[in-house]
Amino acid sequence: MSENLTFRFNVEGDDFTSAGQASVQVKKNLRQLGLDSEIIRRVSIAMYEGEINMVIHAGGGTAEVNVCEDYIEIILEDHGPGIKDIEQAMQAGYSTAPDSIRSLGFGAGMGLPNMKKNSDTMTVESTVGVGTRIVMRIMYKEGCV
Amino acid sequence: MTVSELVSASGFDVQCAPCPEKEISGVYIGDLLSWVMGKASQGDLWLTIMSNVNVVAVASLADVSAIVLTEGVVLGSDVISVANSKGINVITTNLSTYEAALKISGIIQ
Repeated sequence: MSENLTFRFNVEGDDFTSAGQASVQVKKNLRQLGLDSEIIRRVSIAMYEGEINMVIHAGGGTAEVNVCEDYIEIILEDHGPGIKDIEQAMQAGYSTAPDSIRSLGFGAGMGLPNMKKNSDTMTVESTVGVGTRIVMRIMYKEGCV
Repeated sequence: MTVSELVSASGFDVQCAPCPEKEISGVYIGDLLSWVMGKASQGDLWLTIMSNVNVVAVASLADVSAIVLTEGVVLGSDVISVANSKGINVITTNLSTYEAALKISGIIQ
């Protein structure tokens, strides 16, 4: 198996002006690799939602994108407050974002559901007071993971 | 139909059109960014009244054909320069979102 290609990014917290830069960069990189546009779209959306979550809730974090033989893997890690009830957070429409964030068009409670929708597998590990780690995989073809 | 053809037929104003030949596949209306990310399809025109810089990132990642700002909303010059650099078309109209949607519907059908 050929060596995986990895992109790493630092996501700044509370910076809504540059929020999404990592995702836009990943999209550009994946386009240069000539990947299918629908795969690129799913990766970009899943990563953007995660990136925005880290900006809003966690004071930033890190994002790693691994381009593997059969899938693309996105690993998002932060040292934010953690998620108390992951099941509740996964529900469409549930949000703890403050009004200041909502006025920017965020905080609709669709971030985690969109991440799940656009990935083939997604695991969320979170400890209150410690942080959150999310791993998503997007397969090139069904049944490859 | 391309974005450029829609602009000609609708009389909407162009704030920037780095990729005027993008094909329009449909329309999505919404101001909540995650809804747009989750529901808009590739090639849709995106009708919104949101004007902060994040709409450019959302438009880019969701692969919409153009942002259509309604109700007389326009993007600031700093945001427009980001849109230009990301290849995002931005068009504007004084029509309400409903009126703009009706007009677009009459043109693209």
